[in-house]
Amino acid sequence: MATQTAEAQPDTQVQDSMVVRFAGDSGDGMQLTGGQFTLSTALAGNDLATFPDFPAEIRAPQGTLFGVSAFQINFGSRQINTAGDAPDVLVAMNPAALKVNLASLKPGGLIIADSGAFTKRNLEKAHYEENPLEDGSLAKFDLLAFDISERTIEAVKPFGLGNKDALRSKNMWTLGLALWMFDRPREPLHDWLKAKFKSKPEIAEANIAALDAGHAYGETAELSGPLKQVHMPPRPVEPGLYRTITGAESVSLGLVAGAQLAELPMFFGGYPITPASAILHHLARLKEFDVTTFQAEDEIAAICAAIGASYAGQLGVTSSSGPGIALKTEAMGLGIMVELPLVIVNSQRGGPSTGLPTKTEQSDLYQAVYGRNGDAPMPVIAARSPADAFDVAIEACRIATQYMTPVMLLTDGYIANAAEPWKVPDPSAYEPFPATFLEELPEGEEFLPYKRDEKGARPWVKPGTPGLMHRVGGIEKHETTGNIDYSPANHQRMTELRRDKVANIVVPDQEVSWGEDTGDLVVVGWGSTYGPIKQAVNRWIEKGAKVSHVHVRHIWPLPQNLGKLLSGFKHVLMPEMNTGQFKTLLRDQFLIDAESLTKTSGQPFQIAELEEAIGRCLNEKCGGKIGTNDDQLPNPVGVEK
Amino acid sequence: MNEMSKIETTLKDWETDQEVRWCPGCGDYAILKAVQRTLPQLGADPKNTVFVSGIGCSSRFPYYMESYGFHTIHGRAPAFATGIKLANPDLDVWLVTGDGDGLSIGGNHMMHVLRRNVNMQIMLFNNEIYGLTKGQYSPTSREHTRTPSTPLGSVDHPANPCAFALGSGARFVGRGIDVSKNLPDVLTAAHAHQGAAFIEIFQNCIVYNKDVFDDFAKPKGAEQQQLWLSHGEPMLFGSEKTGGVKGLKLNTQAFAFEVVDVADGDWQAAGVQVHDATNRMLAHMLVELPFGEFPMPLGVIYDDPAPTYEAAVIAEKERASAGKDTSIARLLAKGQTWTVSGTASDPV
Repeated sequence: MATQTAEAQPDTQVQDSMVVRFAGDSGDGMQLTGGQFTLSTALAGNDLATFPDFPAEIRAPQGTLFGVSAFQINFGSRQINTAGDAPDVLVAMNPAALKVNLASLKPGGLIIADSGAFTKRNLEKAHYEENPLEDGSLAKFDLLAFDISERTIEAVKPFGLGNKDALRSKNMWTLGLALWMFDRPREPLHDWLKAKFKSKPEIAEANIAALDAGHAYGETAELSGPLKQVHMPPRPVEPGLYRTITGAESVSLGLVAGAQLAELPMFFGGYPITPASAILHHLARLKEFDVTTFQAEDEIAAICAAIGASYAGQLGVTSSSGPGIALKTEAMGLGIMVELPLVIVNSQRGGPSTGLPTKTEQSDLYQAVYGRNGDAPMPVIAARSPADAFDVAIEACRIATQYMTPVMLLTDGYIANAAEPWKVPDPSAYEPFPATFLEELPEGEEFLPYKRDEKGARPWVKPGTPGLMHRVGGIEKHETTGNIDYSPANHQRMTELRRDKVANIVVPDQEVSWGEDTGDLVVVGWGSTYGPIKQAVNRWIEKGAKVSHVHVRHIWPLPQNLGKLLSGFKHVLMPEMNTGQFKTLLRDQFLIDAESLTKTSGQPFQIAELEEAIGRCLNEKCGGKIGTNDDQLPNPVGVEK
Repeated sequence: MNEMSKIETTLKDWETDQEVRWCPGCGDYAILKAVQRTLPQLGADPKNTVFVSGIGCSSRFPYYMESYGFHTIHGRAPAFATGIKLANPDLDVWLVTGDGDGLSIGGNHMMHVLRRNVNMQIMLFNNEIYGLTKGQYSPTSREHTRTPSTPLGSVDHPANPCAFALGSGARFVGRGIDVSKNLPDVLTAAHAHQGAAFIEIFQNCIVYNKDVFDDFAKPKGAEQQQLWLSHGEPMLFGSEKTGGVKGLKLNTQAFAFEVVDVADGDWQAAGVQVHDATNRMLAHMLVELPFGEFPMPLGVIYDDPAPTYEAAVIAEKERASAGKDTSIARLLAKGQTWTVSGTASDPV
């Protein structure tokens, strides 16, 4: 065992939070390890945030830099809002994983490396000339390097597996060690493995043996090296029932709940696309909640079938990511024209075009708000975290059915994949918003398919309703009868009616998420930047600065008080993972001097980056951009520094 | 079609108050009348009938039918219709499309609605031209078609709608002509078919592709050029008055049809093939018959029902739901959970 101890050894035992990154080859099972570690962390009552980062390639060539898959978790006995900046612990299952992730590790941080995977061939693939475990180049870190591969093979030997199969349990061995490090019970993992390999009990037993061996190793290593057991007390939170949830799960559950609150069956039309497919997968298993899922032939058919289902009286929902949303655009225009309910979920990823399929970005805001032909207004709302996506999905269903309009719900790759603890809500606490269908007319009244209610919504009439036959379509239609009408006055009137209907949607007043209602600086965010902004603003508040955080859910229409609220601050700083799209919108709507802070590297903001930018804003100049960041997930892999 | 209670209507009941805006003399008028004449005979109920269309001249059709109607976007009508049928399988859906809408921009959706076998009638008005955009050639235009976009004549090979439909897995393929008195019979058979029923209707665009089907559609000489198929009946065409009765005989050696003369009505002696609408191989041969050497096969070419998509989806949903807990509260609390007790304090 090669161990070395950094000169300044941090006292990890008093830390109230910790960042651990598991990194290995795509085939090493790091996402599974991370996922299970997350679960055990949640069960231990710590708050947490995770960041799974994996390559776009399904099985990248083994041992290569671009085949590295990583999972980062930040957990603690205090509130956790981000997946953390720099890890305290890096688990590197091969040389490539070490190389790609080393730059991010905190000085004095702990490296746990599988020396068995640091073979000549693997070192070459990772472009190492010398073995970093042996050449002293890791002196500023704590290093715990030993042959995990060999120990795993040894641990599972009694089960008669070949070397190749035995090595598959390497991740469980590593997980066992991690469980020991943070004093976590192994029983939930034992149960999980038994259930997972129900039909192959010998595989379950082998994995359990590997897990136990890793755990036992921790005790041995503690005696002789840098490994310390950390006791992290649970984070005090509101009492109740908790579970972990990813954004994709949360959106799916929110849609199911939303459809039930609207008292409608749900029709979900989807087409596989990263990172949105998980929603289709979740909903496909929820048929008993009156959910029909339809994997269409393409993105266009997915939204068209959903509109068809809405036309026939169900709640049509479709979901995709940027390129797929682009394909759906024409159908959205039709949805706006025929005024039918529809929820469109966009799990944003880096663009344009195919862009960065597995990386996160917030660059579809213009597309959501403006991206259609004609004057085609559509409400847009954004989720700020995995847990928040549940409420936002319900809100999308409410607006769609109450106002007879398509609604776009924005999440992103980060929210979709990341997990956080979630206090399981009580569904009865949500106010139902039953959809109403026009079924018969008051005596003597003429049927007008486009006659509006006080909200500007037209009646929803299901085909099959006697006496209310009518035609709808994408051609401009008469203000009340819905018959084709191209006349100039009618088109002007209809354009205004469609605009006003959406503009007058009642959205809650904007609240200040953190800080005072007035001050020197307000940091305005939307979507998944919530966590890092909140933490960075809080650090400045603690330093006595007059900084506040405003996080906007309703992107369109905007909360009516937002302009006035922002005018109570000297400076407005808007961090976005795009080149300043929401900034442009707010400047246009409120004529405020908002300054952009942009980041377009496919990486979420780090707290430290925002903290520094806020400092600049308070002292000298607001705004700017944050460049690429080599010490952050997801790393620009394969790029030599 | 659907087994709904039949109701009594007249042609007038299916007309809307909207002024029909096709060009005077357009074949669409004849098709509209044929449909409005057929629906009362079927006992169709306007409130349960939905006409869904895409974009193009043909796609204005729903506005003229006093039923539910959805004029959607270019090429996508099959996808909308699929959503409608999945949401409410009791609706009787008619899809109206054209050669551009259904085979060019919407070819993909056409393929999938047919292979999935969603229960509806699909009327593809084929006029071998783009009418609404003023006369460009279409995917069914014959080679050398001169149009504004192909001033020297088109060079690409046309698609064969019925062959496309069969290739996509259609279980009903029929053909008619806009002005033919037999069109309602084809529509009736399509409506009786449970599943996606594809009907190609040759439609005369009198402005941009006038009389392009005259070779077989012109009443004069039609008997020699039109082979009206009927299940269980011999494949006969022509008459004594028009140059003799003829039939199609299957040359089993060459695995090809040949035209034979039928003397004194004795088609058996001439070896004329009897049409079997449930024979898929036969259907493939019929839709590929080169016109000129052979007459144009019309009527019900293929009709062999298979389980429908919406029935399968609904059955699967019922199976998956049987005995399942539908409490949303329990759904939200699924998986591994933990309970926090005590008083809340939330330091950050």
